[in-house]
Amino acid sequence: MAEPSSLFLATLKRDLTLAFRNRGDMVNPLVFFLIAITMIPLALGPEKAVLMRIAPGIIWVMALLATLLSLDNLFRSDFDDGSLEQLLISPYPLSLAVAAKVFVHWLATGLPLTLMAPLLGVMLSLPEKAFGALVLSLVLGTAAMSLIGSIGAALTVGLRKGGVLISLIVMPLYIPILIFGASAVQTAALGEAYTMQLAVLGAGLAIALVLAPLAAAGALRVSVNG
Amino acid sequence: MNWQWFHRLGSPRWFYEKTNAWLPWLMVSAWGLLLIGGVWGLAFAPEDAKQHNSFRILYIHAPVAYVSMSCYYLMAISGAVGLIWKMKLPFMVMKACAPIGLGLTIVVLATGSIWGKPTWGTWWEWDARLTSYLILSFLYLGAIALQQAFQNRDTADRASAILALVGMVNIPIIYKSVDWWYTLHQPATLKIVGKSTIAPSMLYPLFVMIIAFYIFFTLVLILYTRTEILRRESRTQWVKDIVLGKEEGARS
Repeated sequence: MAEPSSLFLATLKRDLTLAFRNRGDMVNPLVFFLIAITMIPLALGPEKAVLMRIAPGIIWVMALLATLLSLDNLFRSDFDDGSLEQLLISPYPLSLAVAAKVFVHWLATGLPLTLMAPLLGVMLSLPEKAFGALVLSLVLGTAAMSLIGSIGAALTVGLRKGGVLISLIVMPLYIPILIFGASAVQTAALGEAYTMQLAVLGAGLAIALVLAPLAAAGALRVSVNG
Repeated sequence: MNWQWFHRLGSPRWFYEKTNAWLPWLMVSAWGLLLIGGVWGLAFAPEDAKQHNSFRILYIHAPVAYVSMSCYYLMAISGAVGLIWKMKLPFMVMKACAPIGLGLTIVVLATGSIWGKPTWGTWWEWDARLTSYLILSFLYLGAIALQQAFQNRDTADRASAILALVGMVNIPIIYKSVDWWYTLHQPATLKIVGKSTIAPSMLYPLFVMIIAFYIFFTLVLILYTRTEILRRESRTQWVKDIVLGKEEGARS
């Protein structure tokens, strides 16, 4: 029997290949992020002072919504074609495969969102000194959101209309990340130190990294067998 | 060690028959204490120096706030017990907790804003405590929605138990983060009247009300659970006997 880590690597490789073959799924959340942020100046007026003040919060809320949008796909296609059941009956720890899938999900949505955020920051005239905080907080925050979201995706994978339900059960759990992420950017925009917020985000990511794959694996066993 | 009591707890029938005898006692003590504490707090406790009579809503607001938080923990713990020991009854208790908890958080939010209007001059303030109770009500809503989404009762039970457990990890985090968010962003423009030590003459009725609301919660929880037991065990003979009015025979 091969090492459990080879399961992790194999799942990683397979899911990465799949993600690159279905580029539409990867691009859609990004396009949503871009369009949704474009709506803000159209709705509120292009006044620079206003945009500057709300930019950190807006970018963070939209990143959260874009992540939510992509969560339903996390296990859905594997559930539909039966490969999820193969993972469930394999002798390897399921949480490892879940961790690999979540990692790919983050690479395909969280990371591009993070890379795109400075561009949107420029469009919303975010002060230059806040860009570092924006990228750093989004790196930590989107990873934690992918992990926590995987629990919601796993709980609802057996349901036809899981999409709205995921948002309903995952959004309250995202609140701490949203608070500290937006707060990091806001503090940086004021020119103050934001290490505390980053430390809390990192702590949240660490907790999620340990617990979320286990919880999501348990949830998958419940919702696939049931 | 004798673990028989623990296994018996897993039997819905045992629970149903046992609680039958408790109900009148719970009912009398809950309503009695609510009446005593309510009249004492609302009519006889001294008027607050700064908030005058509007502070009296505390006698409903604070106990309900305690109970609604405990209700979430009870939901998560009974879900865990159901998952670990594969018992039927804890899942029924867990399911009963969600709508009760939602109702309680709504009462907390409503009484909070009724108090907020004369004291802070606004119905809603993005204050840390108000916000964390709003989020708690969202968590209850999510639990109810997830429970209702599944066709299979077994899957619904275990899925919502997992969600409740995940939420239990998150509640302290949410609570703390909302707290920090408030101090980080909102300079305290509207200050609640200082948390001065409360006078004993105000405190005793509060104690009575807290105990009364816990007993009331127990009563309502048992009633909900009994209904759930009847619904789920409707195919068994003992439930049929009860429904057909042969209750006396089943109880002996």
